[in-house]
Amino acid sequence: MIEVKNITKSFDGKTILHDVSATFKEGITNLIIGQSGSGKTVLMKSTVGLVRPEEGEILYDGRDIMKMDNAQIKEIRKEIGMLFQGSALFDSETVLGNVMFPLQMFTKMSHAEMRDRALFCIERVNLKGADKKYPSELSGGMQKRVAIARAIALNPKYLFCDEPNSGLDPKTSILIDELLSDITKEYKITTIINTHDMNSVLGIGENIIFINKGYREWVGTKDQIYTSDNEALNDFVFATRLFKQVKNYMVEKQ
Amino acid sequence: MGIKSSLESFGQYCVFMARVFSVPEKWKIFFRKLVQEITKLGMDSIPLVAIISVFIGAVITIQMQLNIISPLVPSYSVGLATREIVLLEFSSSILCLILAGKVGSNIASEIGTMRVTEQIDALEIMGVNSASFLVLPKVMAFLLFMPVLVIFSMAISMVGGYLIAMFTDMIPVSRYVYGLQALFKEWYVWYGLIKSLFFSFIISSIASYFGYYVKGGALDVGKASTNAVVTSSIMILLFDVILTKLMLQ
Repeated sequence: MIEVKNITKSFDGKTILHDVSATFKEGITNLIIGQSGSGKTVLMKSTVGLVRPEEGEILYDGRDIMKMDNAQIKEIRKEIGMLFQGSALFDSETVLGNVMFPLQMFTKMSHAEMRDRALFCIERVNLKGADKKYPSELSGGMQKRVAIARAIALNPKYLFCDEPNSGLDPKTSILIDELLSDITKEYKITTIINTHDMNSVLGIGENIIFINKGYREWVGTKDQIYTSDNEALNDFVFATRLFKQVKNYMVEKQ
Repeated sequence: MGIKSSLESFGQYCVFMARVFSVPEKWKIFFRKLVQEITKLGMDSIPLVAIISVFIGAVITIQMQLNIISPLVPSYSVGLATREIVLLEFSSSILCLILAGKVGSNIASEIGTMRVTEQIDALEIMGVNSASFLVLPKVMAFLLFMPVLVIFSMAISMVGGYLIAMFTDMIPVSRYVYGLQALFKEWYVWYGLIKSLFFSFIISSIASYFGYYVKGGALDVGKASTNAVVTSSIMILLFDVILTKLMLQ
């Protein structure tokens, strides 16, 4: 579990996050949602330690990373997997090389063991047979899956995903969402997904944190979102006619 | 404002270098990358160095012959002057200015692209010291291979002059070869090699710095690459003056 307590972050005198608190639970998919520029990426980067907030606490199972030195942060990062918006695969390495990379850096496994583990992860994300390909030879969805395989190679306790569906078609987006949800439950990972994809929100949002203009505006689940009377949340989630109809249908059904 | 930002950049460069020169986390991976970088930055530069050196050696010989027309100056002076120019300046300083363009832009654009595509963030999240992991093998590879390139350039430049002597009637081959050997000072070779080590560090570290701190997109990677070449060229010229003053006076 990761707890973020009262964090504030400014850039060039402009406050981006105002006293934000959130709890990201283990074994479920935690979603941070909000409009572009609302501060959700800063919240994620602060939580993962890429950005240092001015105030607040960030607790990884009780361990406050704000009070840690570089060596301690480095240790905790070995428990973190991250899926970047653009996949961030190493261009010069094959799929197998990318997935084996964290194993080569942080384990004392033999080459055969590393290879077996990497192939297992590649198979787990349904990319069997693609291990010899380079990232440039893969589609966007396949690159995302390789990035997931790399992220889970070290059996992370925490998985961060920055807009995992950006640039993907709806069908592939659903596959990625399902994969992330399955992996989260299978390995009991604390998964945090930063998204503004409404299909993800209504599909896998088990714990949703809505950020609006730098403030934590709302917290709930995908079922509670239909009945919420929070105006900013409704304006954001049910902005399109299709999602408005979905909301009306769900409210009537309940 | 300009001085303040320059000092800030220099401070950032020093902090960056402190991160670069840390003990590699896995020596096996470091040596593997070192060999790759020697191939990419060093071996792949050999054709360019050969072409430039042979032509510049030839041109220096022709110009020396055309400009030293006096019964008081012995004919072997052409070979001697060619050798001195090549050893003292061309194969160390001018060659490094050329390599600043090739190798510097290569390093800055490679690391810059890794920055804008979040590959460096990915390394940091994994707990890898990205500065050391990416930059140290490049700096060490270029430092190790630069003397090879300089010696190679010295030899090929003199071959360029030899070809002029052989295929034209500007200077007899025997006088040119005698000139190459006359009044030889071994220290000049060491001087060229020592200078080139400084310059190779300047090229690889400055290019890495500009690439590592790119912000933005593809356009900014291009700008960083240009800035890296311009800055390292200026620093090479500055250090050329300082080192010449220190080592030859």
